[in-house]
Amino acid sequence: MGKSSTTKDAQALFQSLRSAYSATPTNLKIIDLYVMFAVFTALIQVVYMAVVGSFPFNSFLSGVLSCVGTAVLAICLRIQVNKENKEFKDLPPERAFADFVLCNLVLHLVIMNFLG
Amino acid sequence: MQGKVEGGVKSSSQCGLKSDLSSNNTSFFSSSLSLKSLKLKTKQQALLIRVTILGLVYVLAFISRLFSVLRYESMIHEFDPYFNYRTTLFLTEKGFYEFWNWFDSESWYPLGRIIGGTLYPGLMVTAALIYWAIKFLRFSVHIREVCVLTAPFFASNTTIVAYLFGKELWDSGAGLVAAALIAICPGYISRSVAGSYDNEGVAIFALLLTFYLFVKAVNTGSLAWALASAFGYFYMVSAWGGYVFIINLIPLYVLVLLITGRYSMRLYIAYNCMYVLGMLLAMQIRFVGFQHVQSGEHMAAMGVFFLMQVFYFLDWVKHLLNDPKLFQAFLRITVTFAVGVGAVALGVGTASGYISPWTGRFYSLLDPTYAKDHIPIIASVSEHQPTAWSSFMFDFHILLFLFPAGLYFCFKKLSDATIFIVMYGLTSMYFAGVMVRLILVATPAVCLISAIAVSATIKNLTQLVRAKSKVAHSGAGKGTSSAKASSKASLDQSLPFQRNSAIALLLGAFYLLSRYATHCTWVTSEAYSSPSIVLAARGAHGNRVIFDDYREAYFWLRQNTPPDAKVMSWWDYGYQITAMGNRTVIVDNNTWNNTHIATVGRAMSSYEDEAYEIMRSLDVDYVLVVFGGVTGYSSDDINKFLWMVRIGGGVFPVIKEPDYLVNGEYRVDKGAAPKMLNCLMYKLSYYRFGELTTEYGKPPGYDRARGVEIGNKDVKLEYLEEAFTTSNWIVRIYKVKPPNNRW
Repeated sequence: MGKSSTTKDAQALFQSLRSAYSATPTNLKIIDLYVMFAVFTALIQVVYMAVVGSFPFNSFLSGVLSCVGTAVLAICLRIQVNKENKEFKDLPPERAFADFVLCNLVLHLVIMNFLG
Repeated sequence: MQGKVEGGVKSSSQCGLKSDLSSNNTSFFSSSLSLKSLKLKTKQQALLIRVTILGLVYVLAFISRLFSVLRYESMIHEFDPYFNYRTTLFLTEKGFYEFWNWFDSESWYPLGRIIGGTLYPGLMVTAALIYWAIKFLRFSVHIREVCVLTAPFFASNTTIVAYLFGKELWDSGAGLVAAALIAICPGYISRSVAGSYDNEGVAIFALLLTFYLFVKAVNTGSLAWALASAFGYFYMVSAWGGYVFIINLIPLYVLVLLITGRYSMRLYIAYNCMYVLGMLLAMQIRFVGFQHVQSGEHMAAMGVFFLMQVFYFLDWVKHLLNDPKLFQAFLRITVTFAVGVGAVALGVGTASGYISPWTGRFYSLLDPTYAKDHIPIIASVSEHQPTAWSSFMFDFHILLFLFPAGLYFCFKKLSDATIFIVMYGLTSMYFAGVMVRLILVATPAVCLISAIAVSATIKNLTQLVRAKSKVAHSGAGKGTSSAKASSKASLDQSLPFQRNSAIALLLGAFYLLSRYATHCTWVTSEAYSSPSIVLAARGAHGNRVIFDDYREAYFWLRQNTPPDAKVMSWWDYGYQITAMGNRTVIVDNNTWNNTHIATVGRAMSSYEDEAYEIMRSLDVDYVLVVFGGVTGYSSDDINKFLWMVRIGGGVFPVIKEPDYLVNGEYRVDKGAAPKMLNCLMYKLSYYRFGELTTEYGKPPGYDRARGVEIGNKDVKLEYLEEAFTTSNWIVRIYKVKPPNNRW
């Protein structure tokens, strides 16, 4: 009984999640896709590390942190350009994007140095 | 409305001025500027005054650290700075790549040390950059001058950061007071006088900068500020091992905000950007390397990072769903999953040895008694001792009781920024209580919080003084909120009385601040400005006597021993011998290899023949001991000897501490333990000392440092011979004889 109610709950949950998410603006959806991609890439690298081994540890770290960093920065961008967030009403999206690019630049320059 | 705002600006600038006056003890052109001015220009005047004060504080912070340069000469102080100086010299001569790949064979003989990979290069690179910049401008200076003045220069910069931080936390008045307080606070001066060329000199600047930028990032929610704080963190990591404090305090702060329900998107942006970028940047420092993902000390930050992601995700889903019941179900699933994964990851990581456990230093911070029981080499350093109350008073003076008042104000006006400074203040105060040297970390927080107290109090009081009878009501409602004036709250109605008491309190505050300035100057001049490589004492006629024995001895080593000679001494003097004497040492202040130090400790505490075997095995050519029996210099090797025994005994159980004690008492006179009277250290210190009369009316062989007549006046050396003793006997150097010929 408990099991069936849980699955039901889960189904209802996904239903409502999907319907709520479809209302999101397109630009945010693009960012979400980007984040998903980055997280997915990070997961692949972790799995690969688990299978093959982490020998050039700096390379593994730079790979994973590149993905994680990208994802996190993209989420930050998403927060800043989201019109629903009242905290960032004063922040123009152009400025947010410029910050995002700057951070990414630093991130990947450091990654390149660290890659080995 | 207009009048009120203007009054606020004025009074804030004035209170900053007041503190500066008190710290400067100079009354310059101030009074005519602030009051008798045109209304239009108030803002400009406030700006002008603020900039002037800041400029004066900047200069003040620099010049109040120059006592030792004026009194002695421009030289590097103490022990560690000599290593930093030597490496900086190497960096400027050979360039960065050579420095980065430097293997030093002159220390830790026969092991050597990979310098490039085992030091925090921030300080050296900073000094070298300043040096190159000055050289580029065609000023010809010696690198030593740059090194000597690096710490005061960064102390000046710290005052600017303190101003900005105070402004961010409270208002510009508090910022100015904070800048003035930190400029002369003895707790900070102790590590940043001219010549004290140590990591802490730049690290406190970096620490405060990181915190300021982080708070700024939290307040604005801007990626650019978070990036800046990541760079500040990078600089801190490159400069000092104390960065562990940052990487634990910031997650703790985030956690507290999460628990108290102050989570915000701004916090998410600030922390995540700062953590990911800061971690990556920190990994570029080779000495730190992978510690951010491998050592237990850094795991809190990573845990909070993942927690933030989960929290954000949940928040987002909650926002999407708008349905509490469904969200509850979702929450249950997610939290179970996240906690499960986190626990498994931590468990597997710890069990497989991937995540290293906490180090001894970290343990000894959390548990003050840990080092005493387990790691004598940490406990033996005097600056790692628990702090006495008197040194709190000595280093903080009035800040000690302004600190709680400031905490009160912070709690009264709680914001993300004030929560941060409160947490910084409380945690660093705890650590300052655990270890003397960590007073340094607490100092900026104490100064900032005290500045808030001073600024808020003075602001309220000046408002009271200025308040004409018509503004009485609105002024009194807000004005009496200060800690000191709160007792006067009952007198709200009787205005003239209130005004008088406000004036009295202002005068009191002024008096206290001027006492603080006097105290700071006195402490700096008396206690913290001695180079400890050149000792000064008062002669019988009150004149200053200078003992320059250390440099005499190192110069002798440099000039009179073969270039490849190996010198054995206790580790305290290792850096100085390599830097000034240019000779290879067995152990030095880096203390990375406990066994090696224990071997030296064992040699020092064995009988001469046993010690000779050990010294032969280490290729020792000269032995250097520091002896204060003639001058009364108390931090010599005989007084450090028990630590040598303890450290040696920790690795080699042959050495037992009770052998050197009589009924648990450490003594060097006739009643001393027989092993004590014949061990190498005793013999080397007191060789031929029995023939010397040190003080009028005392028998020959009277040890002035310990105030006793020594027990073994007839010291005979078999395997060593005296090579050099400095003019005041402070440093004695012995040559290890080659093995006897077989007949």
